[in-house]
Amino acid sequence: MTQHRIDPLGALVTAVGAAALLWLPFVVLKPNRILPGDARSLIAVLPPSTTIACLACLILVALAALAMSKPPVRLAAALLGVIVVAAAISTAGDVLTPPGNRVVRVAPGSGFWVLLVAVGLMATDAITRLRPRPAARVLMLALFAAVTLFALAHGTFDHLSVMREYAVNAGRFAHEVRQHVWLALGSLGTAVIVALPLGILCHRVPRLRGGVLGTLNVIQTIPAIALFGILMAPLGALAAAVPLAAQLGIRGIGAAPAVVALFLYSLLPVVANTVAGLKRVSPAAVEAARGMGMTSWQVLTGVELSLALPTILTGIRIVLVQNIGLVTVAALIGGGGLGVFVFQGIGQTAIDLVLLGAIPTVALAFSAAVLLDAVVETMNRARQ
Amino acid sequence: MITVDKLSKRYGTTTVVDQASMVIERNSITVIVGTSGSGKSTLLRMINRLVEPSSGRVLIDGNDTAREPAHLLRRRIGYAIQGHGLFPHRTVAENIATVPRLLGWDQARVRARVDELLGVFQLDPAEFAGKFPHQLSGGQQQRVGVARALAAEPAVLLMDEPFGALDPIIRAKAQDDLLDIQRRFATTIVLVTHDMDEAFRLGSRVAVMSQGRVLQYDRPAALLTRPADPFVSRMTGSADRAMKLLSLTTAGEVAVPGSSNGPTVAASASLRDALSELVWRGAESAAVVDANGMPCGCLTVAAILAHGRPG
Ligand SMILES: Nc1ncnc2c1ncn2[C@@H]1O[C@H](COP(=O)(O)OP(=O)(O)O)[C@@H](O)[C@H]1O
Ligand SMILES: [Mg+2]
Repeated sequence: MTQHRIDPLGALVTAVGAAALLWLPFVVLKPNRILPGDARSLIAVLPPSTTIACLACLILVALAALAMSKPPVRLAAALLGVIVVAAAISTAGDVLTPPGNRVVRVAPGSGFWVLLVAVGLMATDAITRLRPRPAARVLMLALFAAVTLFALAHGTFDHLSVMREYAVNAGRFAHEVRQHVWLALGSLGTAVIVALPLGILCHRVPRLRGGVLGTLNVIQTIPAIALFGILMAPLGALAAAVPLAAQLGIRGIGAAPAVVALFLYSLLPVVANTVAGLKRVSPAAVEAARGMGMTSWQVLTGVELSLALPTILTGIRIVLVQNIGLVTVAALIGGGGLGVFVFQGIGQTAIDLVLLGAIPTVALAFSAAVLLDAVVETMNRARQ
Repeated sequence: MITVDKLSKRYGTTTVVDQASMVIERNSITVIVGTSGSGKSTLLRMINRLVEPSSGRVLIDGNDTAREPAHLLRRRIGYAIQGHGLFPHRTVAENIATVPRLLGWDQARVRARVDELLGVFQLDPAEFAGKFPHQLSGGQQQRVGVARALAAEPAVLLMDEPFGALDPIIRAKAQDDLLDIQRRFATTIVLVTHDMDEAFRLGSRVAVMSQGRVLQYDRPAALLTRPADPFVSRMTGSADRAMKLLSLTTAGEVAVPGSSNGPTVAASASLRDALSELVWRGAESAAVVDANGMPCGCLTVAAILAHGRPG
């Protein structure tokens, strides 16, 4: 039976996790936010009783990863792993921070991150094996987000370096998150408004297709920084020449070039997927629709776009995830968003500040991917 | 009645349909037959204006179809095509309800009509109404396609190779069903095919097309006995033309009063089938029986043979 066979992914996760625990620093204790610190292993940091409990739990998780084949059991074990690793780092923060000292930094070390990735991998693998319906996946994401936010709000990780940075930047953080989401969604929204008709046009007029897709492809290959640079000059000139444009916030630097650049990047995936989706629509269905007396508009919306929608949404998903990542770069030209923390952190060689920008960005992109995947799959299921 | 009056379609310099004229009788099946690329589909599609004619007119019951917005015209004309063209994202019931919905029928009436049509096409509404097209067999999909074309009770039904994708046994069944449907709803059907046997089987009149021109438009028997063009003879095939001719007449039409102690033959059977039966049994005559099995005359080999030659 499979129960006696060792699970290959379980073996990998266990090996990686054990190596991280043995040889990589679980936390790094830094005298302040900039200076390098000394590495500490989990065993050296936690009180003996906590260490034993922690290791016992992790061994249990490893056993489940190696020998258990039932996905729910594996998922439960992986979640236990996540909780244990989170609890360990939280405790480490509490233990290592001298009372009243706001200068010393307890930073999660590479061992912590590798362990977290290992149990995270096990969890996603278990979820994949469970094959949850789209709604269930969204529910899991929401639950996980709720628990994490609850723990954060409760101060569970307040002694860790990243949360120290948060405490300093709390006022700006919410603003930059909103700005980040606004830049990503705003550029996506405008892109969809332009790309959908453009895709339909390319589908109807095949002669246009090569030129349009080729041009958008070229835009896609321009690096983000270069594109910002290219846009700064004309937008700056526009603002100088047209006062109304300046009043509307259009300037050579700031959000305007960022939104325009992201908009340009967003066009190709949406146009290409619109064309691909429309191409896949059965010509017989369109012919029948026309033959039965649907107007051109009814054929387009009721048949062609309806049938192409899952493919178009797949393009939108690509763009949204891509934009959430790219918005980070917009901070370089004063566009705001979470990239502000990343680049300030790099400037100050304060890795903790970099993480304050990077971790929420990854979380946003991941959540967007899960949400839109669920929507696409629901649609595909409904029509099989 | 549909009058096709000197209808032509040109794409650039190529003429795809050339001055086609025909008068299509009400309440009958008219078949347009020809080789691939001969312009059959284009001619058919000019009737519901999926293709706008370059010149010529189409009159339905005396009214010029060009005077009406094309999409409104099409809602009055059923249209069924090869490969059915069902909407994959809509259920069977929603597919059938397409035109009634476009016409703004109320929900109860739409529902009643969908159920009625599913019944007519031997698809149990409880089982099939909620299914998606991909869950049906090829034959079922084709039936739903025809049901959808008939949903709004059109007086005219256009069909473009509707049975082209079916295997022979299911196709024969679909053809029989179509003959029943035509009688039941008294629809005027115009059907395009490249299959001469299908044309003979279904058509009360057949138009033979080649290179955009209607070479002959006549009763099937006349195509065999008085072909207007060598191409028509080639289309109908000369090797078994006597048999084809026999297949166009039923035993009941030829039976004479009298009795026979030969085998029994149904009045609805074709002379071709009756002859086959007599040859097989080595008999000179057959007793013809009606649908209830009651004798209604007799049929001799000589009488059959007399119908298998021209004149
Ligand atoms: N939109 C069009 N443009 C140019 N040529 C066409 C077009 N539609 C059909 N044709 C040509 O007209 C001819 C007849 O086509 P069609 O009516 O579909 O033939 P059939 O149905 O008898 O096979 C073919 O040679 C086809 O290539
Ligand atoms: Mg054709």
